[in-house]
Amino acid sequence: MAAPAIDHAMSTASQTQTITIAKGINQGLRAAMEADPKVIVMGEDVGKLGGVFRVTDGLQKDFGEQRVLDTPLAESGIIGTAVGLAIRGYRPVCEIQFDGFIFPGFDQIVSQVAKLHYRTQGRIKMPIVIRVPFGGGIGAVEHHSESPESLFAHTAGLKVVSCSNPVDAYWMIQQAIQCDDPVLFFEPKGRYHEKAQLDPTQTPYPLFRSRVVRTGSKATLVAYGPKVRTCLDAAAAAEEDGLDLEVIDLRTLSPLDLAPVFDSVRRTGRLVVVSEAASESSIASEVAARVQQECFYSLEAPVLRVTGFDSPYPPSKLEEEFLPDLDRVLHAVDRSLAW
Amino acid sequence: MSSPEQWTHPDGAPPATAATPTAEQVIAGLRATTEGGADLVQLLTPEGERVHHPDFDIDITPEELRGLYRDMVLVRRVDREANALQRQGQLGIWVPLLGQEAAQIGAGRAMQPNDMAFPSYREHGVAWCRDVHPTQLLGIFRGTDHGTWDPMEKRFHPYVIVIGNQVLNAAGYAMGQRFDGKVGDADGEATICFFGDGATSQGDVHEGFVWAAVYDAPLVFFCQNNQWAISEPTERQTRLPLYQRAKGYGFPGIRVDGNDVLATLAVTRWALQECRTGNGPVLIEAFTYRMDAHTTSDDPSRYRLSDELELWKLKDPIERVRVHLVKQQWADQEFFDQIQADSDAIAAELREYCVNMPDPGPERIFSNVYAEPSPVLDAQRDEFLDYVSGFAGGEH
Repeated sequence: MAAPAIDHAMSTASQTQTITIAKGINQGLRAAMEADPKVIVMGEDVGKLGGVFRVTDGLQKDFGEQRVLDTPLAESGIIGTAVGLAIRGYRPVCEIQFDGFIFPGFDQIVSQVAKLHYRTQGRIKMPIVIRVPFGGGIGAVEHHSESPESLFAHTAGLKVVSCSNPVDAYWMIQQAIQCDDPVLFFEPKGRYHEKAQLDPTQTPYPLFRSRVVRTGSKATLVAYGPKVRTCLDAAAAAEEDGLDLEVIDLRTLSPLDLAPVFDSVRRTGRLVVVSEAASESSIASEVAARVQQECFYSLEAPVLRVTGFDSPYPPSKLEEEFLPDLDRVLHAVDRSLAW
Repeated sequence: MSSPEQWTHPDGAPPATAATPTAEQVIAGLRATTEGGADLVQLLTPEGERVHHPDFDIDITPEELRGLYRDMVLVRRVDREANALQRQGQLGIWVPLLGQEAAQIGAGRAMQPNDMAFPSYREHGVAWCRDVHPTQLLGIFRGTDHGTWDPMEKRFHPYVIVIGNQVLNAAGYAMGQRFDGKVGDADGEATICFFGDGATSQGDVHEGFVWAAVYDAPLVFFCQNNQWAISEPTERQTRLPLYQRAKGYGFPGIRVDGNDVLATLAVTRWALQECRTGNGPVLIEAFTYRMDAHTTSDDPSRYRLSDELELWKLKDPIERVRVHLVKQQWADQEFFDQIQADSDAIAAELREYCVNMPDPGPERIFSNVYAEPSPVLDAQRDEFLDYVSGFAGGEH
């Protein structure tokens, strides 16, 4: 199926290039490092190897070993030393190799990264970006396909974003690095190689804003990261059946920017929230709670969630069943419309 | 060909002791870690006798020693006054430093102005040396704030309560000092990080050792082994004297008499200088004793014998300096009287300040969670403050 393009404003042909999400982040990191000598990249295998997904490819060669650090293999060490470097005036961009490996660093993230600005009443800032390739669909072994974003959105003091396409990847990583707050940056690893046209001269969309990526009138689909493409595909399939669905890319998970969602639901009356994460106490749950609070009289049906299950991520032969796909999204739309 | 016996007990290390010490060991203060034997760096004996050390000797003027004595007496008085304030309900909790004055003043006075310190939560003596006024510690324990000093102005990081976190933060800071080109000559910068014997079991401390070693960070790891991690003795944390762990990471480890302010000053000064000139990191184990409870909420009578405390009282860090000053005729009665007056004054100031500390307003809940705006939190704050202001007189 031909993927409908996301409109990224006007671009001039001469500046436009085709990039992937991985390349978008790579070029965004490069631009940020060129703009500010205090920006450093640190993580396991990010230097010589260029990262296991090659997202940091070529950066150490061009910026040197003191700005692209192949660190010892310990996630608490990566985050904990980034805290000290940030106090010293650096802007560290930490790579956690896979979602399921972030937990050794969880203590430093929750206890120091998230709280130092509050503890010191603003005397210490924590301009740290923690990049996390997340989500499934790559046939990996255990701990390589998880979606832990809700844990961080639940933690005061952190900001959490997720990019869904190459153009956002390019801009959002730069904006996250410029942010004086710590940002968890969730990258849809299963979609690292999806392509789009980037014009680096265009004005970027603000980081902490959600965005309507397809307009429609019958129901609203809300997603982020890897599931935005799933929802766009579902909307394209529904269109063939004469169903006109609106799709919103949350982009920012903390703070949530739900004004566009409220506006949409007031028009469509129906909402389906889609995420790979388990449903209980999740981003999807928060969106559902806030929408019922703000749009109570506009709702024609209960808010439905299409998510991963409340199980650990299964052996990968089962991930097609586990992950929300086009059919499960449309099934939920049907249930909402039939209410 | 080495024997299995040698593999498990490397040359120079004592055999591991049983996890549960005998009554005789406890009474003698001898646990997994012995007094240190020949490896313990000491320059002033518990009896106040000046002794010399081939590697870590120090020239000290009468004035300098009087200054160190004054520091220790005053921080002990601050500590006792704060402890009393807790007992009288003015503080929620207090973390006593009693017995660790020499370790903290010796280390704190070894620092240069540009050096950076990362404390745990018991480092009231180091705070003193960094010119953090003792009144600025009170809010943490009264529940009005999390510490109000400016960490960068004082070169003294906020107190860190999660055990061992600060060791990695210090390693990162020290890496930054090196990246900034501040290491390599006598005018360089260094970092010192404080933690206890219990913290040495934390993964973050191990990772801090690894990071500092592989990045040649100018970092002094200053472990105050006060023998107890709340109720757990040091042998619950280690089979080996803690300073010997450094060898496994590839940097020097030194055990100093942490109740000897001269020895602590000499060793820490040397270690910081090593770091400034590019030879870091260094581990110092300051062998000392927690003479009071872990905190005011703790009851040491449940887990240690009072005989042990009596033994350590004979090694008091302050008394040995007083004896030496008197023996050398470096201090007269007027000096001691003046320090007594200064102690009384600071205790009164602390009390006056503490009982008059205002409670923070409800807006403090929401302030500085983020450096940049967060519309969700801002809305929560506005709603709550509106709710609060709905009560008569704006009060609950």
